[in-house]
Amino acid sequence: MDFNDTAAEAEYRATTRAWLEENAAEYRDPPTVPWKLDEFIRHSKAWQAKKFAAGYTGITWPKAVGGQGLGPMQSIIYGQEESRFHAPSGLYSIGLGMCIPTVFTHGYPEVAARYVPKALVGEEVWCQLFSEPAAGSDLAGIRTKAVKDGDEWVIDGQKVWTSFAHASDYGIVVCRTDPSKPKHKGLTMFIVDMKSPGVEVRGIKQMSGGSDFNEVFFTGVRVPDAWRLGAEGEGWKVALTTLMHERLAVGGKPRHAPGYATLIKLARGVESPNGGPAIEAGDVRQRIAASYINDEGIKLTQMRALSALSKGQMPGPEQSISKVVVAKTMQEMAAFALDLAGGDGFVTEGNDPELAKLQGSYLGAAGLRIAGGTDEILRNIIAERVLGLPGDMRPDKDLPFNAAA
Amino acid sequence: MNFDFSDDAKALGEQARKLFADKAGTTAARAAMAPGAPAFDAALWAEVANLGWTAARVPEAHGGLGLTAEESCMLAEAAGAHLAVVPLVSVLLATEALLLAGTEAQQAKWLPGIADGSVIAVPAWNEPGAVNPGVLAVSASGNALSGVKSPVPDLPGAHLAIVAAAGPDGPSLWLVDLAGANVETVETLDLVRRHGRLTLSNTAAEPLGDASHYQQWLDRAAVILAWEAIGTASSAMNMTVEYAKTRVAFGQTIGRYQGVKHKCADMFIKIELARAHALHGVAMIGSDGPELRQAAAAARVASIDAATYCGEEAVQLHGGIGFTWESDCQFYYRRARAISASLSGRVWWADRLVRALELRNRAAA
Repeated sequence: MDFNDTAAEAEYRATTRAWLEENAAEYRDPPTVPWKLDEFIRHSKAWQAKKFAAGYTGITWPKAVGGQGLGPMQSIIYGQEESRFHAPSGLYSIGLGMCIPTVFTHGYPEVAARYVPKALVGEEVWCQLFSEPAAGSDLAGIRTKAVKDGDEWVIDGQKVWTSFAHASDYGIVVCRTDPSKPKHKGLTMFIVDMKSPGVEVRGIKQMSGGSDFNEVFFTGVRVPDAWRLGAEGEGWKVALTTLMHERLAVGGKPRHAPGYATLIKLARGVESPNGGPAIEAGDVRQRIAASYINDEGIKLTQMRALSALSKGQMPGPEQSISKVVVAKTMQEMAAFALDLAGGDGFVTEGNDPELAKLQGSYLGAAGLRIAGGTDEILRNIIAERVLGLPGDMRPDKDLPFNAAA
Repeated sequence: MNFDFSDDAKALGEQARKLFADKAGTTAARAAMAPGAPAFDAALWAEVANLGWTAARVPEAHGGLGLTAEESCMLAEAAGAHLAVVPLVSVLLATEALLLAGTEAQQAKWLPGIADGSVIAVPAWNEPGAVNPGVLAVSASGNALSGVKSPVPDLPGAHLAIVAAAGPDGPSLWLVDLAGANVETVETLDLVRRHGRLTLSNTAAEPLGDASHYQQWLDRAAVILAWEAIGTASSAMNMTVEYAKTRVAFGQTIGRYQGVKHKCADMFIKIELARAHALHGVAMIGSDGPELRQAAAAARVASIDAATYCGEEAVQLHGGIGFTWESDCQFYYRRARAISASLSGRVWWADRLVRALELRNRAAA
């Protein structure tokens, strides 16, 4: 057993690393003053164009749609190498990770030919419009409606938790097109122009104080039928392929999340309430050990998946534990670290950056436990898809949507 | 990246699971519980030896197959999964000690017998009052040991004990020939696996390596025991999941209720976390890697947690029937205690894990 690259992987990594050293030098450290939105967009577009020119976009996509036609390992290696820098690629993670694969898989070829290249080079930004106030975990409960009018569809309703809606040119939106069918059957997916009349984007302020998401209101927004993705009524199936990509995208640990080394360092520097450095206290050591087991256990579980991918196999079902463990562990570790720091961990003014980061992790973890599948939904998925237990009772499943409560 | 068992090791694991599914399992475990039942299943042990499983890790020069620790771990997982009433895991742990610390003469004397199954060698770590593998009361005077080792898994019927005893540089291992030794059976919470008490009164012994070998052996033993625990935890989970698919309450199978299915999901999560660390452990044994100490300790803690949780929630999710003597749930519930007691529990190993992490942090700084 080893953690080494194969010869081909090592070569790709070396080439990638050399290219990044040469081209990402300005992003070696995070910006000293955080970027404003327009600066972030400017940097993001410039960086994406550079990556496109060098062949580091659409790495796993077929060549026919402008991708590189390489395997998942190359994409993972690029991601690992890029993460050694602070290059701005977040603006495109949803568009290129989820929306555009849906467009070229389910859209009309001439529509894909128009939109995929501009998304890939970073000229146009895409967002994903799925969740609604009444359709979160129960995503098929979508109420935003699309009504056919000649060769067009007219969209009315509200979406929520849309990342980068305010910076996006286009989005993919799931709408209810036939409320007389059961909830999963009456949905259809469309492309929507985010600059068209009737689209209103409002920022959401999160409990953490940040504003990473939006709500989007649609009032009489018109899209051509050619922008339909998949057949009428097939929106749920199309959305599932999109979400498969999301689970891969949000499984990892956020960059700012604390690691066990943070806990050890902190515990060494503070007094235990019972005297002596906290790191010597038995309960503190037990908590650090528990954190390591979850935190490092997920990293090692991901190594198992990489091994499978590297051999051309599918990762095993153990991959499904990642996000549920990562989010809760981040919350527990941050709370424990702040607790160790006592009153200093609670005060937010004039704090050292390490404590401020921990405070950010603690507040952010509450959102991470919900985003991309709540802890509860993910446990359902493990129980049902991995262990084969029956699905929850769904009294509305087979009823016409407009007849259900 | 090749973070997985070899195909050969997986094939051996598959073979072991098949044999144990057929000839071990809960029915055999229940038979072993009966008063007057033999210490272990001699017929199954003969088959295990014939298939070369006790020889797997023994070098070819000593009559073995010269395979890797991966094979030992796969065998331990299969034995743990089916509660096999044979001293296989103990023999695998003892083999590891002889490989690590034995002189050529010691290996030549004992390994061929271990390989052909005629010598049952068992580690004897525990002693009354001991909770810390670094602090032991059994001690040596010259080449003789005195004190009591108990409870020792698989001691009744064994031929050779690998005894941990206090020494000037910390504890180390000793070989004690059990011919004529003072061995009694000890009753424990585990009604299937026999445990024994070895009373040493100036009993002849031979040093097996030094204190550092003992520490290395603890790491390797922790990894192998983790695989046994993962096997046991998985069986408890599988049994519970199957029950949840068939038991009906309030008009539907209980597996539909989140209160039930989320516990099953948590069993899976704990087992997979343990598996990841235990795999890290066996990788580090194979490469003699610097992360063995932390990987082994993490594997030990995570696997104790998994076996404990799965054992407990198996009874809970079965409800009243799970609490009856006739239910198989008790095997897993009780075995989790045996696993924890076999080489000091999670508190000591969690501390050892953090110590290893501190050392690595300091080295990296």
